[in-house]
Amino acid sequence: MFDLPTIWAALICIALLSYVVLDGFDLGIGILFPLGRNKDERDVMMNSVAPVWDGNETWLVLGGGGLFAAFPLAYSVLLTAFYAPVIAMLLALILRGVAFEFRFRTERGRKYWDWAFIGGSTAAAFFQGVMVGAFVQGVVVENGAYAGGWFDWLSPFSLLCGVGLVAGYALLGASWLVIKTEGDIQTRMRALQLPLGAAVILLIGLISFGTIFESEWVRERWFNIGSYFFLWIIPVATALVSGAFFLAVRAKKEITPFVLALGLFGMSFAGLAASLSPYMIPPAISYYEAANADSSLAFMLVGALILLPVILGYTGYAYWVFRGKVKVGEGYH
Amino acid sequence: MELDAHLLARIQFAFTVSFHIIFPAFTIGLASYLAVLEGLWLKTKNETYLTVYKFWLTIFAVAFAMGVVSGIVMSYQFGTNWGPFAEKTGPVLGPLLAYEVLTAFFLEAGFLGVMLFGLNRVGPKLHFTATLLVAIGTLISAFWILSANSWMQTPAGYMIEDGRYVPADWLEVIFNPSFPYRFIHMVLAAYLTTAFVVGAVGAWHLLKDKTNRPARVMFAMAVMMAAVVAPTQLFVGDMHGLNTQEHQPMKVAAMEGHFETQQGAPLILFGLPDLEDAETKYAVGVPKLGSLILEHDPNGEVTGLDAFPREDWPNVPLIFWCFRIMVGIGVLMIAFGLTGAVNALRKKLFDAHWHHYWAVAMGPLGFIAILAGWFVTEVGRQPYVVYGLMRTSEAASPIGAPGVAGSLLGFLIVYLIVFSAGAFYILRLMRRTPDADPEKPLKEGPLRPSHLADELGDGGEQTSGADNV
Repeated sequence: MFDLPTIWAALICIALLSYVVLDGFDLGIGILFPLGRNKDERDVMMNSVAPVWDGNETWLVLGGGGLFAAFPLAYSVLLTAFYAPVIAMLLALILRGVAFEFRFRTERGRKYWDWAFIGGSTAAAFFQGVMVGAFVQGVVVENGAYAGGWFDWLSPFSLLCGVGLVAGYALLGASWLVIKTEGDIQTRMRALQLPLGAAVILLIGLISFGTIFESEWVRERWFNIGSYFFLWIIPVATALVSGAFFLAVRAKKEITPFVLALGLFGMSFAGLAASLSPYMIPPAISYYEAANADSSLAFMLVGALILLPVILGYTGYAYWVFRGKVKVGEGYH
Repeated sequence: MELDAHLLARIQFAFTVSFHIIFPAFTIGLASYLAVLEGLWLKTKNETYLTVYKFWLTIFAVAFAMGVVSGIVMSYQFGTNWGPFAEKTGPVLGPLLAYEVLTAFFLEAGFLGVMLFGLNRVGPKLHFTATLLVAIGTLISAFWILSANSWMQTPAGYMIEDGRYVPADWLEVIFNPSFPYRFIHMVLAAYLTTAFVVGAVGAWHLLKDKTNRPARVMFAMAVMMAAVVAPTQLFVGDMHGLNTQEHQPMKVAAMEGHFETQQGAPLILFGLPDLEDAETKYAVGVPKLGSLILEHDPNGEVTGLDAFPREDWPNVPLIFWCFRIMVGIGVLMIAFGLTGAVNALRKKLFDAHWHHYWAVAMGPLGFIAILAGWFVTEVGRQPYVVYGLMRTSEAASPIGAPGVAGSLLGFLIVYLIVFSAGAFYILRLMRRTPDADPEKPLKEGPLRPSHLADELGDGGEQTSGADNV
């Protein structure tokens, strides 16, 4: 049960979920950036994540590096299969990443970097969603190499997933800003939580049905009463979290809606993992087949078990240092 | 068609990695420099060090951001364009890169926020710790990535299982034969590059006002680094070369322009390597010096390219010329450092304007030397991606030429925009006069753009924050 490939599959899932949890609100702020009415508001929005965005994005590097290290076959096949969306996502991340520094370095060019931040964040979120959709739909593999076409990733379902992730990240971003801001901008972000929350829950529903009807074996798993009956905990919990989210928003809570929005992401992730495990490259290659040599996995596990808690510790410290509201014109200096 | 896609994939990798290396090379040196500056400030309480620290911190932030985003690309490119390579070397190289992320990237990213924005929140001591951890992170990162690169040059500690390279002994993998030399050579190169950038900026401000104290600190520290590290680098580079001679003699033959295996080989200074005729034409050299350097015997036999099958030869002229560019810049750096040391002993360090002009001209040369050096070692590894084991032609993903060309075009456009803008902003930050008055500390930084505008004169007259909206 707890052999090396299983542990590493779990660790990769944790790294991806950490990425979504941490970079999601950070990309969401980019998506919501056009709603900042003036320079001060946009400064506040960006400064609410400026000290931590870099660390957030490092989880994506861990996702890529970890996949290479633990499941080289999946790394090789999936990135080749999703070539266009991966490149688009990387270019988008470059543009939004440098905007954090560049927009504070120029008066004249600021509006261009604002748009780079908006466009880059939105495109990165969208293509991440597209890849999730394409992953669910499956990847053609022959003789250990990708054997599909260039546009296999493109389908109504994958586009829907792209929209879903943009909406989801926007919800996280709005909820984060409710925590980190006050006054007018906080009021507007709070007003966004209800419609965004409703849209996200609707999209989660649509994508879930899509996932189930995309492939027969997923359908069987969910409807084969008996062996997998316990899986229905996930949709039930999702419904409960949704209800709690709306109550918390109506009660004008600050932190609770953010945590519950993260809960929606966690549930969606769990649902996806439950639908697709043990496949690392659906619908044919399991994580056992894609796994690296045991000696490599063992060598890394020692480091990961020691270092991940340390990383979580100092990441938490960084968030703690920059806790509290970000005020207009107030600097960290 | 397949060859075209392969060539495009190589161009894409060369382009993205060359672009990327510029920033880590700069930030490795700058992070250590910042740690030294803040340490000196804490120890001496001399505000000038803090002024210099803050001056370079904003530049560090811009360069670091560009390094991070171009680095994310690298961590995915092995998969997108070099799938078979990733799969076959994954057991060996994957863990090295994973350790880089776990031990270095998180450390740097985690404390970068505190370093950039946290001085008033955590106090000087903790802030110094953050700076120190970021600096250590950059060095740990260099450790792992150079270990991985060196393994591709001099693979060791592996066995072959099911066509994959699987680790047999991790210590042999990590400390493979060329790693210690390449690591020290690269870290020193990063330190030198940064020293010459700092020196050029200090000199530029000294030329405007030779009494400017922060500029004096920058220039004096840079000259000191150049005087000590540039000669050390010559020594380390020579040892690295001897190590290459032992493990990759074909690369050294290309670097030296030696087509023929011969006893008492000359050291060719200049010439035109001609692949068609297999000789270095118009060669100007010192007789027997080549044998003396490489074999420590004036009559020793030096292996030439003729000892290897012709289809395995790398691009000899490119390697030959890049090597000379790197060494030439190194010699210039030594000359500059020693001249500076003499000026310092004669107490004329801040008066010798000609030396300041020289320093300004030397500013960007470190980057050129680093790129030239990497071209030598990476082009010299061809036609193999893992030296002697796996050919580059077997390593590329099955992506068609139009796909690779499209992504290459995307990278070219985005990198060009980002690089031009970043270089422009960095140069503008360098142009600010560093102000030593402790009553008037530098206030620029992401959260105080209006003050930055004051300093830069950007936006003309409208300098109060509210008017700039």
